[in-house]
Amino acid sequence: MAISYKPTRMEMSRLKKRLVTATRGHKLMKDKRDETVRRFITFVRRNKELRERVEALMAESMQSFVIAKATMSSAAVEEALCYPASAARIGVESAKVLSTEVPRLSYIPTETHGLPYGVLGTSSELDNAVARFSELMPLLIELAEVEKTCNLLADEIEKTRRRVNALEYVMIPQLKDAIHDISMKLDENERGNLTRLMKTKDMLKQKEG
Amino acid sequence: MYKIAVIGGPDSVAGFRALGLDAYPVQDAQEARRTLREIARPTDDPYVIIYLEETLAAPILDEVRRYDAQPTPAIILIPGRDGPIGIGQEALRQAVEKAVGTNIL
Repeated sequence: MAISYKPTRMEMSRLKKRLVTATRGHKLMKDKRDETVRRFITFVRRNKELRERVEALMAESMQSFVIAKATMSSAAVEEALCYPASAARIGVESAKVLSTEVPRLSYIPTETHGLPYGVLGTSSELDNAVARFSELMPLLIELAEVEKTCNLLADEIEKTRRRVNALEYVMIPQLKDAIHDISMKLDENERGNLTRLMKTKDMLKQKEG
Repeated sequence: MYKIAVIGGPDSVAGFRALGLDAYPVQDAQEARRTLREIARPTDDPYVIIYLEETLAAPILDEVRRYDAQPTPAIILIPGRDGPIGIGQEALRQAVEKAVGTNIL
């Protein structure tokens, strides 16, 4: 869609102002994009590292759980775990990474000390498995925070890049074209006017002479 | 102070229950989808993090991706009992590709 305009001086100065704004906006957006990408990369590296660690530890924890199940009847395991400790809660604050709001999560561990069940009728393997899981928890929370941040930043980067491209390849060239067109038309009018004046002067001279 | 949920096979979620997370044991992906939709709805006391077992997430990735651009909840894929199957890593790779254009990891 080309910009519609009237070939007037007013219109041209208006378009010139828009061009200045667009150029400035383009520069800012581009800076924002570059910086967001830089931050994003550091987050993504941490995300990858965390995910690898969590995945490795998770497999171990699950395994220790399987062992626990093998030493006790599965009904007993269910029974031991069906009374959960007081619910785990999580604190959420928000931080800003270049005007993108990202969550900051903090783990608030359950208040019960130790295990959520009695020692009678449960095996030490189960204790072990639960302990492993609770070690894993802070990592899992951090993973959640970092992964969400990465997703939100990726989205923001995509949007910013679209804006940069729209300005660079559509908006700014169209404005430049429009300004060029108007200045050409104005020049042409001026030349037309000049010729007309010269012609009129000639005609007046012939009449007198 | 917000809640954390975990969706997975009955065996996988049991360990998390001991830590006080809200466990939602499900049998298959369809049930996981329903559960996810149910608990991801904004309420007065929403879940901020929902851990979801990878094997269940695989067939319903479209549902999972819907929450990517929202600040909450964070849907985090975790490996199940049989170890990671790479979907969590894949999601990370896709985010990088979306942002940077190529895979730089």
